[in-house]
Amino acid sequence: MLDYESLKLIWWLLVGVLLVGFAIMDGHDMGVGTLLPFVAKDDTERRVLINTVGPHWDGNQVWFITGGGALFAAWPLVYATAFSGFYWAMLAVLWALFFRPVGFDYRSKISHPVWRKTWDWGLFIGGAVPPLIFGVAFGNLFQGVPFSFDDHLVSTYSGSFWGLLNPFALLTGVVSTAMITFHGAIYLAHRTQGEIQWRALRAAGFFGGLLVLSFAGAGVWLWLGIPGYVIQSAVDGSALPDPLAKTVVRQAGAWFANYRHQPATVALPVLAFAGVIGAQVLARRGRTLAAFWASALAIAGVIGTAGAALFPFVMPSSLDPRASLTVWDSVSSQRTLGIMLWATLIFMPIIIFYTGWAYRVMGGKVTAAYVRENSHSAY
Amino acid sequence: MVSEQLVDLSRMQFAATALYHFLFVPLTIGMVWLLVIMESVYVMTGKPLYKDMTRFWGKLFGINFALGVTTGITLEFQFGTNWAYYSHYVGDIFGAPLAIEGLMAFFLESTMIGLFFFGWDRLSRRQHLMVTLLMAFGTNLSALWILIANGWMQNPVGAEFSHITMRMELTDFWAVVFNPDAQAKFVHTVSAGYVTGAMFVLSISSWYLLRRRDVEFAKRSFGIAAAFGFAAVCSVIVLGDESGYTVGEAQQTKLAAMEAMWETQPAPAAFNLIAIPNEAEMKNDFAIEIPWVMGLIGTRSLDKQIPGIKEIKAKNRARIVSGIEAVTVLDALRRDPADQAARGRFDAHQADLGFGLLLKKYVSHFDQLTPGIIDQAVNDTIPRVAPMFWSFRLMVALGLVMLLLFGLALWHSVKGDFADKPWLLRAALYALPMPWIACEVGWFVAEYGRQPWTIHGVLPTHLSVSTLSVDNLYGSLAGFVGFYTVLLVVEMYLMIKFARQGPGSLGTGRYANEAHA
Repeated sequence: MLDYESLKLIWWLLVGVLLVGFAIMDGHDMGVGTLLPFVAKDDTERRVLINTVGPHWDGNQVWFITGGGALFAAWPLVYATAFSGFYWAMLAVLWALFFRPVGFDYRSKISHPVWRKTWDWGLFIGGAVPPLIFGVAFGNLFQGVPFSFDDHLVSTYSGSFWGLLNPFALLTGVVSTAMITFHGAIYLAHRTQGEIQWRALRAAGFFGGLLVLSFAGAGVWLWLGIPGYVIQSAVDGSALPDPLAKTVVRQAGAWFANYRHQPATVALPVLAFAGVIGAQVLARRGRTLAAFWASALAIAGVIGTAGAALFPFVMPSSLDPRASLTVWDSVSSQRTLGIMLWATLIFMPIIIFYTGWAYRVMGGKVTAAYVRENSHSAY
Repeated sequence: MVSEQLVDLSRMQFAATALYHFLFVPLTIGMVWLLVIMESVYVMTGKPLYKDMTRFWGKLFGINFALGVTTGITLEFQFGTNWAYYSHYVGDIFGAPLAIEGLMAFFLESTMIGLFFFGWDRLSRRQHLMVTLLMAFGTNLSALWILIANGWMQNPVGAEFSHITMRMELTDFWAVVFNPDAQAKFVHTVSAGYVTGAMFVLSISSWYLLRRRDVEFAKRSFGIAAAFGFAAVCSVIVLGDESGYTVGEAQQTKLAAMEAMWETQPAPAAFNLIAIPNEAEMKNDFAIEIPWVMGLIGTRSLDKQIPGIKEIKAKNRARIVSGIEAVTVLDALRRDPADQAARGRFDAHQADLGFGLLLKKYVSHFDQLTPGIIDQAVNDTIPRVAPMFWSFRLMVALGLVMLLLFGLALWHSVKGDFADKPWLLRAALYALPMPWIACEVGWFVAEYGRQPWTIHGVLPTHLSVSTLSVDNLYGSLAGFVGFYTVLLVVEMYLMIKFARQGPGSLGTGRYANEAHA
């Protein structure tokens, strides 16, 4: 078995991989949901958009569910503290997600325009709200979250839902929403043609620009105005996890310390910018599949940038900094991390294999003719 | 101390959302195999009727599945949002089966369902059948991992407490996977799902037959449902999870409560067919007993005793007293982990730590303990008997009625005359809600019967909740009730609309009530 310290590091990477996987896979169908009321002009066009992700959204959503399960299994204290502390934010994500399964599956079953319009906005909410809230949550992680533990590790959160919606967090919410919507637009450019494809490319131009600006803006803001957290006591990566056994201080510029010490990590923000620009250029030259992967790399760059800045913190506490949750002291036991690593290594390649197969089977452009021919079975 | 109102509201929210989720799950679990059977016949015979059956029942399956997915996410979120201390305390064990469920089962099921609906023209017949089969495997594997997690709550094997990390930690993964409780639960629960799927198809087919429309379609569907349902209902009764009830202590308590067995009887114990349990005096005011039967069902033997409630309570009292020591020493150990004397005392009482924690419902410091409080905690260790007793009997009675119904349906479908037996068709139609009621009361018995614990003997329910305000709970509960009511109305509307329209909704031109493009 791997030593505990390595397992803790591997699981930090794996949680990151799952989050990036979620953003790439569930992200593109959420992006399509967000663009639905704007890129499509009539019901048939909206059905074209929906059917680009129709066979896949359900499988993609499992990235989210598995991510939640993996968080529970690998970082139980993070799962418990974040989900209960961000109570209303999590419920908002959950309730927004309610609109997706029923929106996708029920919308086309009745042709009344009010019915369809309702589910169009339902799919918009299910596409736009979760990335916005995840972005806002990330913004709050950088500022510290007001929670503490008693000596039996019962967590208490003393902030409010409205407190989460501070200006910096709203900016990171814009970063996240722009990123997911950009990704959805690039995906649409790949799966549609003609007028719809042209509109998708225009949307990609807008959201790509917004992503670059907001991402750079958040970086500058973080540099100038948001102090980071630093562990002052010695770190023993192989110790049994106890989040109260360390001392932590706030320090200006600390969120950039990892970039100073490991200059290679600067590649992550560079990847974010390069991915967005690359996706734009490739999509406009008609190389839409390559554009999709460039956009996926941009997502990995954006999420990686945030993760590398926070490391080893996952959820710093503004109320009691020593209670901050880190990759060293909020994790499961060595045995559980080992078993979960095996489970992931065995099943992830299988999942990627059959997901790829499903996309190949259902591949090609979705057109108005396809929707008309399959009006009883298509979404 | 945690407010009792917060605990009650958190429980209410979990119970409501879990029971609601389970309106959709059993139909998914069962119908997916009926789709596999119908499509297999199609691939073997090439008759388009069987393809239409797969597609039409698949359409209803899809309407149901959408809500199963929607409401399933709630449960995955809710451990974190509302049961934060639970999530911390047992996440090391409980999280893994949930994550593996995603990786091994739910990905497969959800990816294949897309191809099931959209892949008819893009896959060969065999490939499509393979997709349906993989979807069925995914669905049932998903149930397996969820029930492994749930089985661990009833019988927490393969784990031990660590005072450094202040939680339970995994010691034996395979013990958790092959937990006999989980295995018994899995067989019982998926069989109940198969009954539900079969009843759904049987009832709706009967309705078409009563109206004399789409007769051929309905007859074939009825026949498949009757055979599958009969096998399933036998399995659900014979492999009822009472077979696992003598394994763990949680199940013994549950068994005693649902049988209203106050005293330990000499083996083999008698079965109370009907009784009026009197909680205050710990006896039954009235009972019709059948000698031997309880001992046979509960232990599958003539000589093993089943402990009665009074005996269980006496044992629990001793464990609570020992648990007081465990909790007290734990606090000393938390202050100074190097204290070897405390360590020794803790090891001696650690097994009863959970029982000591039961007292935290009444006092936050043990210097305030009184004998009255200990009595209360002892009484808490047994769930209320009357609700257990009656809901269990309702479930069993429904199971027996369904056995009779599927038996008759199979008999007449072998004879080939069911279509001319309106009494049978009407009985099948009106029996539609039965499997759902049986499933829901079955879960009530399983989960209410585990109280006062979330993890039996390890973590009391009242300590498991998140530190939220009561207002938060009122707000979220109202939100769930609102959303779920609207969703149920929408789902039922679509389900009834398409069930009424029948296979004509496929637009193939072969059936009554053809859909217009």
